[in-house]
Amino acid sequence: MKTIVENVTCTFCGCLCDDIIVEVEDSRIVRVRRVCANGRGIFVDYDPTPRRPTIAGREVDWHEAIVEAAMILDRADSPLIYGLSSTAVEAQRKAVELADRLGAVIDTTSSVCHGPTGLAMQAVGEPSCTLGEVRNRADLLLFWGCNPAASHLRHFRRYSIMSKGTLTPKGRRDRTVFVIDVRPTASAKVADHFLQLKPDSDFEVLTSLRAIIKGEKIEVEKVGGVPTATLRDLAERMKNCRYGVVFMGMGLTMSRARDHNVRELFNLVCELNQFARFSVMPMRGHGNVAGADQVLTWQSGYPFAVSFARGYPQYGPGEFSAVDMLARREADAALILASDPVAHFPGAASEQLKQIPTIILDPMTNLTTQGAQVVFPTACYGVDATGTSYRMDNVAIRLRPVLPTGRPTDEDVLNQVIEAVKQC
Amino acid sequence: MLGILNGNVYDPMNKINAQEQDIWIRQGRIVSPEAVDLERAKIIDATGLVVMPGGVDIHSHIVGAKVNAGRKFRPEDHRHNVRERTDLTRSGSGYTVPTTYLLGYRYAEMGYTTVMEAATAPLVARHTHEELEDTPILDKGVFITMGNNHFIMKCIRDGKLEQARDYVAWLLGASKGYAIKIVNPGGVENWKWGRNVTELDDEVIGFGINPREIVTTLAWINEELNLPHVPHVHGINLGRSFSARTTMETIAGLEGRAAHFCHLQFFSYGKQKGKLHRSAAAELARAVNENSNVTVDVGQIIFGEATTMTSDGPLQHRLHRETGNKWLNEDIENETGGGIVPVLFKRNNPINSVMWRTGLELFLLIDDPWQVFLTTDHPNGGPFFCYPHVIKLLMDRDFRAQAFERIHRRGRKNALLPELAREYSLYEIAIITRAGPARALGLKNKGHLGLGADADITIYANLEDKEEMFARPKFVIKDGVVVARDGRIVCERPGRTLYVAPPYDPKIEEEIRAHFQESYTISFNNYAISPDHLAFGEMVPCE
Repeated sequence: MKTIVENVTCTFCGCLCDDIIVEVEDSRIVRVRRVCANGRGIFVDYDPTPRRPTIAGREVDWHEAIVEAAMILDRADSPLIYGLSSTAVEAQRKAVELADRLGAVIDTTSSVCHGPTGLAMQAVGEPSCTLGEVRNRADLLLFWGCNPAASHLRHFRRYSIMSKGTLTPKGRRDRTVFVIDVRPTASAKVADHFLQLKPDSDFEVLTSLRAIIKGEKIEVEKVGGVPTATLRDLAERMKNCRYGVVFMGMGLTMSRARDHNVRELFNLVCELNQFARFSVMPMRGHGNVAGADQVLTWQSGYPFAVSFARGYPQYGPGEFSAVDMLARREADAALILASDPVAHFPGAASEQLKQIPTIILDPMTNLTTQGAQVVFPTACYGVDATGTSYRMDNVAIRLRPVLPTGRPTDEDVLNQVIEAVKQC
Repeated sequence: MLGILNGNVYDPMNKINAQEQDIWIRQGRIVSPEAVDLERAKIIDATGLVVMPGGVDIHSHIVGAKVNAGRKFRPEDHRHNVRERTDLTRSGSGYTVPTTYLLGYRYAEMGYTTVMEAATAPLVARHTHEELEDTPILDKGVFITMGNNHFIMKCIRDGKLEQARDYVAWLLGASKGYAIKIVNPGGVENWKWGRNVTELDDEVIGFGINPREIVTTLAWINEELNLPHVPHVHGINLGRSFSARTTMETIAGLEGRAAHFCHLQFFSYGKQKGKLHRSAAAELARAVNENSNVTVDVGQIIFGEATTMTSDGPLQHRLHRETGNKWLNEDIENETGGGIVPVLFKRNNPINSVMWRTGLELFLLIDDPWQVFLTTDHPNGGPFFCYPHVIKLLMDRDFRAQAFERIHRRGRKNALLPELAREYSLYEIAIITRAGPARALGLKNKGHLGLGADADITIYANLEDKEEMFARPKFVIKDGVVVARDGRIVCERPGRTLYVAPPYDPKIEEEIRAHFQESYTISFNNYAISPDHLAFGEMVPCE
């Protein structure tokens, strides 16, 4: 029997496109429409067959694995909980509760991604909007240090460059688009103007734009490899647009000056609101990384890198962030929730993760599951489990499952681990 | 089963003023003694203690997208304000913007059991409800911002008022809201063009309507739908020197229809020579006294840290420009906007001093306590846990006079406050902190201790120092269970989320679906929150 499920949400990236159509036959996904190449794998490669958890590679029953996980966490002096960005809010809430109970350190993938964006926001604020304001109002778009044409494939069509809205009925023709990056990316091809910066000169260029907007004179001919005249032209367009939006990515957060770059951009956007309406939006990567920020904030007060070791939440990017906790060999056990740090962390951190007992919850197999002490093959939110995810603009979307649930969810497992820890 | 014996009961809804009475509780409700097995009931001896219904806060920003953004961008607010976890309770942090668990504990420890979240955009209501699930003990409701909603404004433009009514009914049900909230009607839409409105007849850009029509239409819809609360209005011109005039015009424009005007202090200003606004509390209090269709809450400021957060986008930008403090803005498609700016209210600042005494003047000049309620517009005027301090200012004339002497010299000039000898009684405090707000909210089972009421009860020691008395109740009972003793949580349990779901003509859904296609970025089918997504939801009927 074939069933068709509409308005399915793809959880691959921060776009959370919620118009996907999935065809299911005999509890298998046979066809997915409207999904992009990045998101397709979530649906078509997913094998929902229930699998048993493992301890040191040996298949065990769920109860045994839960008890083993609880004992590892209970024995540890400084347990680390990490990941969170590819699971649903329901599981994230439980992960923070577990950290609170254990006195653990908890961190999300934000710390190796948009963490500096969070620091900038804490320093100077952030004028922002939802994606619908981009669709309906934006006549000037800037993409700075990000490449949605490779990372967020439907962003241009659904939300930004090509989308048609109430004040932008002609879509692409109603907008002017700038791409600013250190190399000509795929996104640069669809821009009206591409500004190629010298690597690590974003801060200078942003400061110069702020200066121009304040009416200061720039005496050099080029800033960061861009002619000053071009920057003056950009500044004029920014001051005279109806509604401008800057999308920013890792090109700013993970290059030299990191949060200082972002702070400068946020200040610029803030100041532009004296002339025109202007917003900025971080291009959040993982499907629910925005939700991880939200949940950690409403339960602890801080978006990432939080330690509960003293019995109350403490914030310490650079101190309680996962890479630092591991590289300093401070973490002596880890619970990884829906992430693959062994594949992505710097060598020293990734190496330490192999040395300490690690528990992982993940629907898929990855490098981290391969070396983990306890592996829980959980359900995949948005495919065979329901939950909530937060889009890059922090709009919460309820995920519709397309397959019947055969596996326990992350939330179920974490709930049982919390109960088991109480028994320890 | 629980009995509270020999207490001094203050239950204004039932006209009980300091009478010695026993109260019996069974299955979370107040019952007659016959319904209780006296042998098995637990007894609280309340001899010499003051017994009141649990506190009801009619306006507080406690959870949701805006509040959480405020938490996120104010780590400096949290560092020195932490609470350790215990075996019973979660840890938390935050002074003006506490984490959800800490907020629930602090309200309950202060004897409050019901709190209304004052403003949520429908598009992000799901977020609000998720945080409410993590806000323990309290019963809660959510006000849904509608004063800049495109669908409603289009209906007004086209004269299709029945469509607007059906849409509002659908929207409240879809977002699981409790009441209609209006914030700077038309002004937030104009802010998306870098503008604002300053008069009730100013045009809302792109819609050809004005703020007056938005308020009157929503007041009419509120009556048509028989909503339990009245429209909850944050009008135009908050904080400006002509706010008192436009607020009085807004009241007049209601033509007798009911409405609640929130944090009125921020709207009680008039012009005088020089830059400093003058307090127009006297004029506004007179308007309230003459219009029994109007209730207000004060939004008293507290000297110290505050985090201003409203859906009033242009206001927040102005505050940012005036203070130079960091600014967060959030424009929300087709619905509303919002912003956040931290501020510090200083005793030695003339503007802040005028704000402080204006709030107190409103409390003392509005004759009927059933029309004026205690709030600080948390965390805009200051944190909610300063309510006991405000109660002391209202009940103790000497304390108030001393406080007045300490504000800025220019803030004291021409002040009415020193002439106002009124002192609130405990009975009146019970009205402005529980009975009054519960009645205005249409919460039939709250704010009183009659048979059938929810067993939400606070028991205080009758201390001379009213701040001390109200800060640390002896017992706080929620749904018949003792949740706090002597100002500390002894039991954590979930509270309910109250919402309305008024009926509407389902034909409106096709119109709304088309509106979504044209201008939203999420599917119509994914927008509404179904009742089973609320872990502790309770529908309040519209009758």
